[in-house]
Amino acid sequence: MIVGNRKDFPEIIEMIGKNRRILLLGCNECVTVCGVGGQKEVETLASELRIFWKKEGEEREIREHTLERQCDYEYIDQIRGFVDDYDIILSMACGAGVQYVAEVYKHKPVFPAVNTTFLGVTLEQGVWAERCQGCGTCIIHLTAGICPIARCAKSLMNGPCGGSSGGKCEVDKETDCAWQLIVDRLKEWGQLERYETIIPIKDWRTSRDGGPRKRIREDLRL
Amino acid sequence: MRLSYPTNVKVVRVPCTGRVDIPLILRAFESGVDGVYLAGCLEGECHFLKGNLRARRRVEYVKTLLDEVGLGKERIEMFNMSASQGQRFAEVAREMTERIRALGPSPVKTRREGGGEN
Repeated sequence: MIVGNRKDFPEIIEMIGKNRRILLLGCNECVTVCGVGGQKEVETLASELRIFWKKEGEEREIREHTLERQCDYEYIDQIRGFVDDYDIILSMACGAGVQYVAEVYKHKPVFPAVNTTFLGVTLEQGVWAERCQGCGTCIIHLTAGICPIARCAKSLMNGPCGGSSGGKCEVDKETDCAWQLIVDRLKEWGQLERYETIIPIKDWRTSRDGGPRKRIREDLRL
Repeated sequence: MRLSYPTNVKVVRVPCTGRVDIPLILRAFESGVDGVYLAGCLEGECHFLKGNLRARRRVEYVKTLLDEVGLGKERIEMFNMSASQGQRFAEVAREMTERIRALGPSPVKTRREGGGEN
């Protein structure tokens, strides 16, 4: 799923500026699961904003609304009826959602309340970790199911580097060295000889280096 | 026991402090209350195992939110007491009332009611 962090409150206040009518838009997908932009977080932020403005003696209007998804047109379209009653949209979706809302309602300023951080997994309730970088060419069949692109700080194709110590990465002592994990797992599988195969230079054109990506499946188009 | 406690404390009954989520606490502050405290069961004695422990963590989180919006983290607290500790209930009610009184009325309420106290 896509994981994010909520922006700091002062930054949100600064973004909103003098706008008086705010549509606070949550998303029921990834950001709900990672506890950053779902219905509950919308309620919480709306409440915080109301408390803040009451304290400042300001009258402002906030409407709370959570869409099933902010990355699909048909859901974004659902707010068309009342979107113009508001000066701005403050979106709690990931960067994709925020942008699509801004694309659909081009005349309306759309602000992000969330910093989108990574594609990851839920390690346990309340703990999320990065697992994929969307590089466009998956190679984890060569690396014992562990991605060195997303999980090695240097994205080394043939690791580990000299910064690996006691199974941890030099960047952060809490972070596992991805290449140590790969070697350990290959050893567990009894396939350590696979470690000797040099993985060739990666073609990064399928990643961000090839510019923004687009996927089309003709048979699914209407 | 016929114990008395300050009349300004309004009791909101919930089946377990684990029922109290973040928006619920914030709604109370939005409506202008000066302070909120949760009276949960003793730690380790939750009928639902972890309700009171979860509530404590939520209270800690709400403290950061109250600081963010400028109300101050002192306006919320978590207490633990058993159903048989009426004495403790009254004591906590007095303690919290004193603390909040020292902080003064909530700025939310002051603005709304034009500066009047309570």
